[in-house]
Amino acid sequence: MNKSVFFGALTVAGMAAGVAAAGTLDDVKARGKLNCGVTTGLVGFAAPDANGEWNGFDVAVCRAVAAAVLGDATAVEFVPTTGKTRFTALASGEIDMLARNTTWTFSRDVDLKFTFVGVNYYDGQGFMAPKELGVSSAKDLDGATVCIQTGTTTELNLADFFRSNNISYEPVPIETNAEAQQQYLAGACDVFTTDASGLAATRATFENPGDHVVLPEIVSKEPLGPLVRHGDNEWGDVVRWTLNALISAEELGITSANIAEMAAGSNNPEINRILGTEGTLGEMLGLEADWAMKAIAAGGNYGEIFEGNIGESTPIGLARGLNAQWTDGGLLYSPPFR
Amino acid sequence: MSDTSANSVAFVRTEQVPPSPPPFQTSGPVKWAKDNLFSTPFYSVLTIVAAYFIYLILAGILPWLANGVWGTTSLAECREVLDGVSGGCFSVLSERWNQLIFGFTYPSELYWRPALAFLIMFAAAAPVLFFKLPRKLLIITALFPFVAYYLIWGGTIFTPILALLGVVVGYFVYRRLVAGSFAAGFFGGVAAAFVVWIIGGMLIPENANETAMLQAVPSRDLGGFMLNMMLGVVCVSLSIPLGIALALGRQSNMPLIKWICVIFIEFIRGVPLITLLFVANVMLAYFFPPGTSTDLFLRVVIMITMFSAAYIAEVIRGGLAALPRGQYEAADSLGLDYPQAMRLIILPQALKISIPGIVNIAVGLFKDTTLVSVISMFDLLGMIRGPILASTEWNGVYWELLGFAALLFFVVCYGISQYSQWLERQLATDHR
Repeated sequence: MNKSVFFGALTVAGMAAGVAAAGTLDDVKARGKLNCGVTTGLVGFAAPDANGEWNGFDVAVCRAVAAAVLGDATAVEFVPTTGKTRFTALASGEIDMLARNTTWTFSRDVDLKFTFVGVNYYDGQGFMAPKELGVSSAKDLDGATVCIQTGTTTELNLADFFRSNNISYEPVPIETNAEAQQQYLAGACDVFTTDASGLAATRATFENPGDHVVLPEIVSKEPLGPLVRHGDNEWGDVVRWTLNALISAEELGITSANIAEMAAGSNNPEINRILGTEGTLGEMLGLEADWAMKAIAAGGNYGEIFEGNIGESTPIGLARGLNAQWTDGGLLYSPPFR
Repeated sequence: MSDTSANSVAFVRTEQVPPSPPPFQTSGPVKWAKDNLFSTPFYSVLTIVAAYFIYLILAGILPWLANGVWGTTSLAECREVLDGVSGGCFSVLSERWNQLIFGFTYPSELYWRPALAFLIMFAAAAPVLFFKLPRKLLIITALFPFVAYYLIWGGTIFTPILALLGVVVGYFVYRRLVAGSFAAGFFGGVAAAFVVWIIGGMLIPENANETAMLQAVPSRDLGGFMLNMMLGVVCVSLSIPLGIALALGRQSNMPLIKWICVIFIEFIRGVPLITLLFVANVMLAYFFPPGTSTDLFLRVVIMITMFSAAYIAEVIRGGLAALPRGQYEAADSLGLDYPQAMRLIILPQALKISIPGIVNIAVGLFKDTTLVSVISMFDLLGMIRGPILASTEWNGVYWELLGFAALLFFVVCYGISQYSQWLERQLATDHR
């Protein structure tokens, strides 16, 4: 077996070794496929279904970029990465972009040399407690036992929160998220804390989700967004403005349903510029004139992607909250297309 | 005579009394229970306590198994069907069966190919495992790696044919040169095989994979239990010969060979397998020029093989050390050279002694293949922890999936261990 595998791998490697070290955009176009790093599976954000099709909120960003660059939302090679392998996969060039619920932090941006091109989900650490405990705020949790994953930033955030509010708690250290769910359900701790989106997804899997409440306090900032390598700004611009196009599309009312009608021309010049019927935005990016139209048509605008994967109509049932448009009191604010 | 005896005695039994069954108290299940379960008051208490615990466990598990739900499409639907009753949600196994076995990216219309390779594997393994089968069956074993490679990966048929050709040419060169010395035969054979591969590799047309009869499947599309089986089978069968070579090398009188083997074994044994896997996945990408990379499956196979070879080498060294010195000296006094002495006298005995240890490592290695899930390869455990538990339909199903994985691994590992016990009885290694 060894020699045959070895030889097969040699030929495969030989055939694959035609990739020049040009810009990432040219590489992707030459390859005809976008290599997009995703998680190995996170409910609502990225997971393959029973047919092996990847779906989810982060996956939709990959598909939009593929549609913008290659004109085909299915021309994506999804490379599953774990929390430990994601950054090396991006740094070594195995993937072109990473859309894997990664928190934008100073050290990842500056020290690990990545460019976060924007934020597609504003997350934060929250608390979940059984309803019968009768707490309505995290500040009522004096003396509570808290299930928490060890070695994560959530552990540090928790300590900070309780200290600054001058209340005490007893941590129950736990290794994995799945274990934490079981411990919490078994009553080993009063409260379970992790990212708010994770709490919602976890609660959705409970037999009686109504018996548990997610407390309103959010004790940390976790802006999650797609990222690319430092040093290739043209490629960074493509990913950044594809994300912005999705966000602007929602603000301007462009949906996957009416996009064909809008592309015929409208009296809003910004819509026309995004959809490529006016101006030369696509050309400036090195893409076709209708790049944004294809990106939006791939999975809909930001709001449609949100609703379809993690919104209130799905089992995960996340409210828009901070992730509403700035016009609705949220934080989503795309720079103008001009 | 007969008259006197008939008249002087009132009754003579003419046939033997049929044995009556022993009293109820001293036979059958009652006696067994009394002897084994209730022999002393203390044991009686222990028996009752143990029976209570067994009852508790069964009372929990049996309804869960019996009420199990098959055929729903999501956990929520499953819970509706159960309606509060305790029961397993086994629908996840039937709905995601193909993903659990083949991974989620292997093309579904090609499942017959790995399945066929799996069946041929039994035919190929049989003559190696059971010595009494006709030796001609070994031809299947020799061809199996190439056939299995062709079936699983597909692509151009020239690749496995060329690989086979290289091996055949290498073998003939070896046969030609081995009469002179073993080393010349060995290295000559390896060199000849490589020459064939390199020349042949240039002859295979560039686009052969696209026009191939069997559609090519890249390594990253492999997954599920298939991946565990492949890694287990390939790595075990590679690491045994490598382990033998390392064990002999460690005992060699030639300092260079000896120290290379010692350093290799001690280094690999001193590093956790998971570290080696991370090196295979993450670090090697930095050493290769950008854009080129060796197949991830191959990298993982190399790392796991190196790891288990180091352990097997130590087990075999134990077997070698257990042989009396007289065996080595007897081989020398017969005038055998080193390869002959090893092949004909030392190794057959040493390997026999080492069987339990080798099997132990093989079982451990097979279970260790699940570690590849941490470097984002979707083996059985990776499939469960990643895609299946992360789907909105099945998030929250733990017992059914992990129990299924445990069952699959138990079946294979228990089979291996039963085989090794049978083999030990056959070879009767204890010299009694």
